[in-house]
Order: sequence, then C-alpha cells, then structure tokens
Amino acid sequence: MAYGTTGHRGRPVKGDAMNTTTYEPVIGMEIHAELRTASKMFCGCPVVDTTVAPPNTAICPVCTGLPGAMPVVNQRAVEQAMMVGLALGCTINAHTSFSRKNYFYPDLPKGYQISQYDEPIAVNGWLDVVDDAGRTIRVGIRRAHMEEDTAKLFHLPATHVEGAAYTLIDFNRSSVPLLEIVSEPDMHSVSAAYVYANKIREILRYLGVNSGDMEKGVLRFEANVSVRPAGTTTLGTRTEIKNLNSFRTLVRAVEYEIDRQIRVLEAGGTILQETLGWDELNGTTYSQRSKEHAHDYRYFPEPDLPPLAIDDAWIEEVRATLPELPDAKASRFAEVLGLPENDTRILVGDRALADYFEAATAAYAGLPAAISKWVVGELSYLMNRDGVTVDAVRVEPAALAGLVKLLDKGVINQNSAKDVLGTMFETGKQPDEIVKERGLVQIADQDALSLIADQVLAEHPDEVQAYLEGKETLLQWFMGQVMRATRGRAQPQTVLQLLREKLEGRR
Amino acid sequence: MNLHELTVHEAHVLLQGGEITAVELTQAVLDRIREVDPQIRAYVTVCEEDALREAAAADDRLRSGDGVTPLTGVPYGVKDCLSTNGVRTTCSSRILEDYVPRYDATVIQRLRDAGAVLVGKHNMDEFGMGSSCENSAFFATHNPWDLDCVPGGSSGGSAAAVAAEMGLFALGEDTGGSVRMPAGFCGVTGLKPTYGRVSRYGLIALASSFDSIGPFTHDVRDAALVLNAIAGRDPRDSTSVAAPVPDYAVALRTDLRGVKLGLPVEYFARGLEPGVEAALRQAVAELEGLGAEVHEVSLPHTAYAIPIYYLILTAEASANLARFDGVRFGLSYPPLDSPEVVDIIERYLQTRERGFGDEVKRRIMLGTFALSAGYYDAYYLQAQRVRTLLRQDFERAFEQVDALIAPISPTPAFRLGEKIDDPLQMYLSDIHVVAANPGGVCSLAVPCGLSEGLPVGMQIVGPPLAEAEIFGIGAAYQAATEWHTARPAIGAAR
Repeated sequence: MAYGTTGHRGRPVKGDAMNTTTYEPVIGMEIHAELRTASKMFCGCPVVDTTVAPPNTAICPVCTGLPGAMPVVNQRAVEQAMMVGLALGCTINAHTSFSRKNYFYPDLPKGYQISQYDEPIAVNGWLDVVDDAGRTIRVGIRRAHMEEDTAKLFHLPATHVEGAAYTLIDFNRSSVPLLEIVSEPDMHSVSAAYVYANKIREILRYLGVNSGDMEKGVLRFEANVSVRPAGTTTLGTRTEIKNLNSFRTLVRAVEYEIDRQIRVLEAGGTILQETLGWDELNGTTYSQRSKEHAHDYRYFPEPDLPPLAIDDAWIEEVRATLPELPDAKASRFAEVLGLPENDTRILVGDRALADYFEAATAAYAGLPAAISKWVVGELSYLMNRDGVTVDAVRVEPAALAGLVKLLDKGVINQNSAKDVLGTMFETGKQPDEIVKERGLVQIADQDALSLIADQVLAEHPDEVQAYLEGKETLLQWFMGQVMRATRGRAQPQTVLQLLREKLEGRR
Repeated sequence: MNLHELTVHEAHVLLQGGEITAVELTQAVLDRIREVDPQIRAYVTVCEEDALREAAAADDRLRSGDGVTPLTGVPYGVKDCLSTNGVRTTCSSRILEDYVPRYDATVIQRLRDAGAVLVGKHNMDEFGMGSSCENSAFFATHNPWDLDCVPGGSSGGSAAAVAAEMGLFALGEDTGGSVRMPAGFCGVTGLKPTYGRVSRYGLIALASSFDSIGPFTHDVRDAALVLNAIAGRDPRDSTSVAAPVPDYAVALRTDLRGVKLGLPVEYFARGLEPGVEAALRQAVAELEGLGAEVHEVSLPHTAYAIPIYYLILTAEASANLARFDGVRFGLSYPPLDSPEVVDIIERYLQTRERGFGDEVKRRIMLGTFALSAGYYDAYYLQAQRVRTLLRQDFERAFEQVDALIAPISPTPAFRLGEKIDDPLQMYLSDIHVVAANPGGVCSLAVPCGLSEGLPVGMQIVGPPLAEAEIFGIGAAYQAATEWHTARPAIGAAR
C-alpha cells in the first residue's frame, strides 16, 4: 500500500494540529466497495479485473441495458453485504428492497442505477477507531446498501483520424456488485477518517468480499466535511468530496478542505453546500455541483425485483461464516498467544499470513511466539525476496512448525535452521528430511565436543597464548574453529562453556 | 379448405395426421398476409424465409413424431415489443426502427421450443401507449371488420392479424387492456394472464408492474394451448410466479352448473352503448342458461382505476424509456457517420426528440413529474396506496363469486382519427379494462355479439392465477354460442 498503515508518515496534519483550539472538523465517509462475487449483481456475467480484461468481453443484454432485459439479484452478493453489515454491528433488515436511481449518463446503460433507497440491507452499526492522538472514537455506521457499478468511460482527445474528442465505454464493470457503506459524521480529525477508511478496508479484506486493491478501483471514498467552533455541537454547512481513490488523496483532500473552510469562515465568508472534486495536480478541491443543481434522482421502487425477505435463519447462517475480525484477532494474538506487538501487527495486517501462522501453530502448539518470529522474519524475507505470495509458498505451515520444533528440541541449531528453511523454501522438502540428508543434527554430546575442543586448542598454541595474555575476544574465534570442525552442528552453548573451562584451566 | 382460416387445434389434427404440412400451412398464411395486409396493415415485419425454414424444421419434427406439441408447425405473429433474435423489434417507434435484438424473449424461446413458426411482428401503438394502434410511428392498422375503424390498442396489429386470418394465433401484451380491448374490437379471443404467470424477459417494458403477455386466438381452446406453452416460472424474470402450470386445455368445460358469476354494478352503471349493453345482457342470459348463478357485486374503487393506472404507468415508463439514449442501439442523432459532432447531452436531446412520438413524450413528462422531489408522495405513493384498495375490491368480490362478467369497452371500434387528438377521451376508452392490471387479476376477452356489424366482446375476470377457471367459463360459453366463429369479410362494404 502506498500510504503508511499507522499514521501520516510524519507529515503534520494541519486539520488536527493547527485548529483544534478554534475549529473542529466534522467528517463523515461514504465508502463504495465492489463485492468479490463470481458473477455480477444482476446477471450471470463474470466479474473480471477491469484493468486487464479486454473491453466489453464480460457483457450481456442485462448489463448493457438492452430493451427487455431484466435483472436478477445475485444471492451471493446479498450474503456478502450481510457479512459486512454483521461485521460492522449493523441490524440486517428483514425486508430489504431495491430502487431505481434515475439519471442520464453514458456509463449508466439503463438510464437508472438499481440501488437501495429507503430499505437498505443493513443499518445502525458502528466501528471503533483509534486516531493519531490515541483517542478511541466510536464511528456510527448509518447504513450499508447494495447497488450496481457503472460502466467505465475512456475520454479520448481529438486525433487527425477521428477529428473530435470522443469517449469509449467498457461495460465489463457495468453491474458489478457494489456496497456503499455510509458512516455518521462522527470523525473529528483527518487521522480518524484515515484510520476509519483503512479499517473498513481491512475488514472487507478479512471477510474476503473485497481485495482492497485501490489501484484497481475496487474501493472508492467520498468524504463529507464541515467545520465548527470547537466545543460547539451544531453542524456547519458541509461539502461532499467525490471520487477519492486512494488513501493519499483522501488525506490530502480532507486536509485541504478543512483548511479551506476555516479560511473562508475566518475571512467572514460562508460555506456553500456543494459537491466537490479533487484536483490532484494543484492539490485543491473544486466545485462540481452546487445545492441548487443537485440531481433529483426520482427514486422509486424497482418493479422488476420483488423485495427480499431475510429471515433470522439466513442471517445466522451468514453470521456463522464470519471469520475472526482484525480487532479480535489482534487481542487474541497479543493476550492469549503472547506474540510481540510488532508480530501481531504484521500478522493481523495480512490475513493470509495470519492464517498461515495459525496453521503452523496448530501443527506445533508449543511456541507460538517462536513460530511467529519465523513467519514474520526469515520466511517473509524469503517471500519478499522472490516475490512469492503466502498462498504459493512451498513451505507448508506444518513443515515450518516442524522446523521450529527441531530447533526447540535442540536437534539443530539456529544457523542450520536458517539453511534448512532456505532449502525448504526452494524445494518444498520436509525439514527432518533435509536435516538427515545433510547430517545437520546438532552435536550436543559433552565428550565428543570436549575432544574436538582439545584438538582445536592443540592445533593453535599461538592463539591460546594470546588468549591467556588477555586477548579474550579470541574465545569467539575458537568457537568458530569448533563449528568449522563440526560443519556447524555443534551446540553453541556447550562449546562455549567447554572452551572457557579449558582455556581458563591453563592459566 | 382455406388453411389460413384454421384454428390452432384444427391445424394440429391435420398436421399430426399428415394431411397438411407446416410448410403448406405457413405458405398459406404468408399468402394471406400478401393478399390482405396491404389493407389491414397489421405487420411491421414479415419474416418469410425464416418462417419457411422453421416450418420445414417443424415438418421434420412432425414426421419423426419426436417432441411434437399442439403448436408444432403452427404459424403465428407477435406484437413488436417482444424481442426476437435476429428479427427487427421496433415497438412501432422511430427510435427502434432498425433495432435487431441479439436474443429471444423467453416467450419466443418457449414457442420456438414448442415448434411454432414465427411469421412476423405486429404493429402497435408506440411502446404500447395508445388504445387505437394509431400511435404507431409507421402507420395505422385497420379493423378487419371495417377498414375505417381502429382495431383497438395497443396490441391492435396482433388482434387484427388473427381476426384477418394472417396467423393462427398471436402474442400480445396487456398493460392496461392492450390485449382485451383490441380483442373486443376485432372479435377474437384474448387473454390477460395474471401478472407474473408469463415471463416478461425480453418484453420491451412499458409499465413493469403491469405488463402481461397473453395470446390472441380464435377460441378459448387455442388460448389454453398457447398459455400451456408460454406460462411458468422463468429464472430470468424475478417477478414471474413459481405456481405450477396446470394443463389449461383439459380444464375446459361445457356447462356452468355450480359456477357463481358477478356483474360489477359500476361497470354497467352508465355510458355503455345500447348495442354493447344488449349483447352483454344476452351473453349473461346464455351463461345463466348454462347453469351459472349470476349476482351483482360492487367494485367501489373502480373510478380510481384510470388515475392509479396512469400515475404508475407513466412513472415506470419514464424510467423504462431512459435507456433509449442513442448510445448503444437504435436511433442515434445526428447519425454517427455524419460529419456533425455534438456533445452527449445534445445527442440525448436530438435522438429522443426525433425518436419518440408525441404520446410517448407526453407520458415521459407526466411520469418524470410524478416522481419528482416534492410530488412523489402525492402522486406515485398515493397511487400505490389506492391500488391496494382496488385490489381489495377484487378480493372481496371473489369471496362471493368465482368470476366477474364485464364489458370490454363502452362502444365497439371507433373510427380512425376519431379520438387521436383527444388523449383523455382515448384514455377513457380503456375504463373497463385497466383495473385488472393494478388489481392483479386475470381476464379473458371473448366475442359475444355484434353491434351494427362490429364485434362486441365481454370480459371474464378471475382471481389471481385462475386462468383455468376463466378458460372453463369461456369454453362453456363458446360451446353454446357461435360468436367466436364469425369472421370478417375484409374490404366488403358494411
């Protein structure tokens, strides 16, 4: 991800720092998330990666709005929407229905979008976020509703051949299921808005209903912003910033807009209720539509789709499929498994890695912290080095657990373990097999190691002399010689102890 | 024997017995179209080559005996609002004049599967908006009984085609009387099934809450055979109902002992032309003679049917017609190969200005208004509330009787041009048929007399999904009477 996960990369957040004494920002968010279903919201066309699929190859009469074509609700999309609603503590409406939102635009083939209006699938939820200042804020979730995505437009400039500027339309994205998650205006800092958005993204990824891939446009933000004198409770006039397609633009646009509104108010002006765009190049918001020109979408119930009845049994069935969510997982990792904070953060931030860790822990319950150290350490290093994802890694979780067990039981030492993991990573072989093949079993036998130590000291009388004359750092060098003689298999603590005894005995 | 005069069930016997072939029958219908359609103008498109090819395939099927249905080899036409793969589908609108769908409506697919032979597409009021077939952007259709009269609408082409024997049956579409009203004007049998009984997938929508596809035939038995083929749940239409489809043709009866019929007083109160009223009273007497018990019943909210209907219809139509924007199919103005360059708003405006007729524009504006912020509650929402009352009227009536007998229109077919400049008068010609659609009931139109040489029809209205019952009543009536066998003498002076 382009933007850091915990804060603002050290940049001062003006909205937070400068104005808390005089002005308080009030921020609400709308997050549009494409749902990750196999087929589209209202037809059987596959959902494809619209950034790579050839244009207009996943389309049919329904998603291109041909006359006579009719929508059919994708049940899986409804279930995914229910999952998100449940994860955000929402009430799932027993009676939920679709409405037509009417407006003309070439990316909207029917001239209306099938959306939800007065009976959304989920209402009245919440999400706790911790902002930069360490404050926990409970952000209300007003509603989450299902709708269909629009087609993608490609505006092309005039060329010598075509003569005029023109626009191409790719309907692959048309009617891909979308969930719009609407928060209450409960956030009072840019950092809270950022953390909220990030946390929603993480939850969607955990639920497996969205890849979180901002560059693919599967997650889009809109922010409602107003400011008011700190300590007051009435809401100021708000503006709505549309089409914020990355965390970076979210932060920049909201920061800018808070500052702009404060400047306007300070100069004695008034804030106009309007819809704003974000100009990335100049780093400013700009007016797209004023309140007077707001669309009248003429919502009315979609007559082609009967309302959905969602009974408790269905809700419970869906609830049973919910995975453990990030907050719960983090506290379990930290408190029950005793993982260090850093490991917890890394594992919880990547559900696949966390699942891998849990599978390994299930195979060897002895030392979760030792396993997490290998997962977030050496294994992650190898995966990053070779660009291998956790799904494709050849080291099975149980095999990693086996390696940690060999180390834990003193069968091999730390150095050998690293080597073995490298081989496991390349070949997918089991650790005990590699240890056996390469004769890496640790030598911990006192007598055997004592003989070798004696031999090393006998072969290097000058170094022994130097040690006795005070160059005690040579102890490590002798240790290296023993390791060499045993091809790295000697148990280091035993060797160290033996060498020290023997050398001190010569004084 | 003129093959084009046959009913579906008569043709089936001859086809199955090998006495005639589907190709001969289809050719006879095509010849009949060539002979009389220049006067009637029921067809927007005739697909002669496809029809003969389908007929030949039907003959193979008939010879092998595999998968033969009562419709195998039977030539028919459909209202031009039903999508037909590879065959132009216009809704009689300029905006779709050259539109060729790439898929079949579910009903078309089901008729193909049954082996029926599609001969062409029928003229209609543009997008189904009208009651006379004069709102076609292409030409008006004439009533086969009197070429100076309208065939009714909006499925006027389909009714006229069956009446003039240019197809053994037809499929029409009824949003607020658009099958029954022209069936009455043209003296044929027509069914508006219960909403959801027949899939709407592929039907170019007028009012999605009301649209019902139904057959035009020469008699009730044929209507039952066609409904057998097209009815039933369709996974592509979420509003289609899952109720099992009975064999409608076996439910036909010859007497009406034990059947209770209701006459809605509001429908007979006033305004019926004397010839129409006389024909209806005579029909009621016939029904009583067959053993039916007849009572008066009341549908007190009947007066609200027209306003409810027009508010909901225009609202839904304004959205349904938004997709005709010149971007993906149909008319686009200025033409895409012309040097004139306009922006998208201008293209929307010019395409829709040129593509839609006056009545369509009027209804889009009415519907857009009715849905607008500040008006929605007073119009659309209020209409939906009153619609509930209208439904309850029917529910209460059907607690007392099995079916209702009602007129179709206050008058027989009116003259071409008579009402075209008075939209309100035109709307009121549907006063006896519209209630069935918001009311959620099914209704069968059957011919029941002549008034000054023009057909008069009656409606047999049944509760939701009671198609078998109203077919039974209609069949008993037709078994005892001859009106359904009367055929027009085309072009002859009255």
